[in-house]
Order: sequence, then C-alpha cells, then structure tokens
Amino acid sequence: MPEMISRRAFLKGSAAAACTVAASGLTAAASTSPSGQQLCTLLDISKCVACEACVDACQEVNADKYPQPQKPFPKMYPSRVPVADWSEKQDVRDRLTPYNWLYIQTADVEVDGEAIEVNIPRRCMHCVNPPCVKLCPWGSARQLKSGISVIDPDICLGGSKCKAVCPWHIPERQTGVGLYLDILPSLAGNGVMYKCDRCYNRIAEGELPACIEACPEDVQQIGPRDEMIAKAHALAKEIDGYIYGETENGGTNTIYVSPVPFEAINKASEYGKGRPPLKQAADSMASANNIVAAMAIAPIAGVAFAAGKLFKQTQKNA
Amino acid sequence: MTTAATISKPDPGRRYLYLFTMFFLALSGFGQMPIFKRYYIADIPGLGWLAKFYITHYIHYLGAIILLALCTYYITEYFMFNIKKRKLTFSGYFNTAVIFGLIISGLLLVIKNFANYHYPNSLIIFLDLCHISLVMLLLGYGLYSLISKKRWTTPR
Ligand code: SF4
Ligand code: SF4
Ligand code: SF4
Repeated sequence: MPEMISRRAFLKGSAAAACTVAASGLTAAASTSPSGQQLCTLLDISKCVACEACVDACQEVNADKYPQPQKPFPKMYPSRVPVADWSEKQDVRDRLTPYNWLYIQTADVEVDGEAIEVNIPRRCMHCVNPPCVKLCPWGSARQLKSGISVIDPDICLGGSKCKAVCPWHIPERQTGVGLYLDILPSLAGNGVMYKCDRCYNRIAEGELPACIEACPEDVQQIGPRDEMIAKAHALAKEIDGYIYGETENGGTNTIYVSPVPFEAINKASEYGKGRPPLKQAADSMASANNIVAAMAIAPIAGVAFAAGKLFKQTQKNA
Repeated sequence: MTTAATISKPDPGRRYLYLFTMFFLALSGFGQMPIFKRYYIADIPGLGWLAKFYITHYIHYLGAIILLALCTYYITEYFMFNIKKRKLTFSGYFNTAVIFGLIISGLLLVIKNFANYHYPNSLIIFLDLCHISLVMLLLGYGLYSLISKKRWTTPR
C-alpha cells in the first residue's frame, strides 16, 4: 500500500538521518533525505475529507512563528504602499495568510455526468528551484539542502518580491514586523513575508511535518523526490488519475495525484488573493538560466574580436 | 607575442556600448529590488518593465554577457596593442578592480540561480551586499571621473 511509506519509512530513513542535524536555527536545519535528494510530498487528494485537522495542526505547531506586529504601524511613503494587516483576522482559514499557511481548496467537479467533490490541501509547493528564494534581493528567503524553502523573518523586509515571482503567489505579508522597522520604516520595506516552511524545525528533529502527522486519512507522504514521483505515477495509474507538481515551475516538491483532471478542478474552484489556481506553470528560472551559456562564450568572443583587430592592424602595417 | 607598433585608439563606438551596457546593467540591477513600483518610476510611460522582475532579471543577464565580452576585449586589446605605450592610471586600476569584483560576485550569484546550488545564507547576503556596494562605488567614482575628466590610461 502506497500510504504505508508515509510515516514509518520517513521516520526510519529520512528523518533519522536528519536527526543528526542540529535542531535550532535555519541553516542548521538543512536536513536532506538519505539519498541526498530533495524531500518531496505526495498528496493523494482522493483521500482528503476536508476535516482540516492538518490546518489546525499547522496553526498549533507554527503559532510561535507567526507575526506579532507593533502597532500603530509606522506611516509609509508614498501613500500607495499597501498596509497588510492580518493580525486582527488570525482566524481566517479559507485562504493563505501570514497566520494560515495551509488551507483546503474544495471543488465540486463533474466528470462524465458524475459529481465528485475534491478537497486539496494548498500551501507552498517547495519548488525544486524556487524563484522566491533565488530572486530574493536580500538573501532572506533561502532553500535548505532538503529543498525546503524558508523565509527568514529576521532578515525579510517585506518587499513582496517573492510573492510577485512565485507562480502561485504563495507568500503573504504582514506589516509592522521585522527588520524594516529598524532601518527606514517609512521609506523602505513593509513587514515580513510568511508561508509554509515545511516544518523544517520538526524535520530536523526527526519529526514529520505537523500537517502530515495529523491527517487521519494519510493523504500525504514525504520522502526522497524520485521515490515520491515513482509512487505518484503508480498511484495515478492505479486510479486512472492525474498528476500536478511534477513538472510545474520546472518541478516542485509537492506532487498532487487527483482522480479528476486539474483543468476541471480549476474550472470548478474559486480563486483569488491567497487562493492560487492549480494552473500550468512554466519553469520561471529557465529563460535567464538558458542564456548563461552565452556568458561562458562572451569572453571568447571578446578575445576573438581583439585578435581580429590585431590581425587587421598587422595586415595594414605589413 | 609581438605587440603592434601603433597604439590602438579608443573607439567611441565601443565606449558608448560600454556606457549603454553599464546603464542598463545598473538600471536592471536596481530593478531587482522592489523600489521602482513603490516610487512611481515604473509608472512613467516606457518604464513599466522596470517593475517586472523576470524582465529586469533577463536584461541584467544580457547586460552581463555584453559586459563580459567587452571586458575581455579591452584587456586583450590592452595587452596586444597598448601595454608598452600606455599605463593604467589610478582611475584605471580602480575601475578595473571594481568591475572585476562585480563580475565575480555576479557570476557566483548566477551559479546560485541554478537548481541544487545551495550557498550558505551568509555567503548569499555577503555577495548581494558586495554587488550593490561595488556598483555604488563604480557609479560614484564614474560621476567624479566624468566631472574631473579622469582617464583609465595615460602615456608611459
Ligand atoms: S511555491 Fe512559490 S513560495 Fe513556494 S517555493 Fe515555489 S516559488 Fe517559492
Ligand atoms: S509542512 Fe508544516 S508549515 Fe507547511 S503546511 Fe504542513 S504543518 Fe504547515
Ligand atoms: S487532515 Fe488530511 S483529510 Fe483532513 S483536510 Fe487535511 S489533508 Fe484532508
């Protein structure tokens, strides 16, 4: 049974190895799976009953990471700078917020005349090459060796670039907290960005992410990426289902297997701020990374042009 | 290698290409920070691209490619044609060192942007700060050089 690998195998293998990593501090928690691969989750969404035990568990174990903003907020200039304040709405559960890193998306999908309800736990996808991390101008978003992407609340200035470049616009901002308060709060920065950090601190201690542990239906499994992808394909074959997350944005570490097509889920779901669609997403980092070869060739071209000039000059002088 | 007898004359075309490249590198580089939208600059017609992170990122890479070609061109040309006739001024050494630092820190950041490259976080912050400090130095010194007409080389 595919779900059996979820807890036991993870605890014995990946997390046991991860146990040797110091438990505190972001960099210390750079645990990886025993194979050296990124850690990946597989979600069998046909099993999710929308009980929200995972949402509760996430809120409980991560509560001490939530923002505690100082009020009143410093006045920010220019006036167009938006204040993002979720501190009075901490109980919102039907979308992503700085205080809710996981929500259950629900869709009533009709397939071949049959109505099917699907529930999909939604949070950060933990991309293999995460643009939120790679394009963060300050190095406050980072990717651990395990592939987990984390935003450091002590360094983040809340400029929201990570959200802009994320294909799913996952990170959510809270104003009035973080480093910007100590620099130029009126002129630069706007708080801190928050999102699922895959319970990196629990993983470093050999525990499962809270949402996986709490789920009564064993919706999620976690393990090395190759293994999870093989299982996702086997499961998709078994249920004649569909896969999302394997190739999106160049590959993610969140693989959904659904009994109904994702296009149908998209059509039947409500999307908006904090509720990202399960849309197609091309590899965000690819276009720039693809021209890096030219950076290697450029110096050769420079030398060749200069040599050409020398050649012409000597011809002229001859 | 024998050096040619004549001095290679500064080519205005290439000088403008250098300035043009540096201008777009600096602009797209600052565009990596979320400031152009906040401060209405991206609202100016024709400058909307400054708030589009993937576009500024791509332009920065294109600029880096041209800069690398230009730098190796200038270095090779200097060693082939001019080394016996002209020497680097303080300005020349300073600019060269700063651009070298920008290229090294930039290339390390480019490598980081590939999948499965995990630098220690302190290194990323160091490289980011290095890159931005060096460009400020280059721009500041460039302005001073422009006003006081400083040249990179002088006759020996
Ligand atoms: S889903 Fe978005 S926030 Fe999460 S790792 Fe990918 S780019 Fe970053
Ligand atoms: S992995 Fe942890 S932080 Fe992420 S959604 Fe699950 S419980 Fe929340
Ligand atoms: S705990 Fe499991 S079954 Fe319940 S909502 Fe979360 S993923 Fe679905």
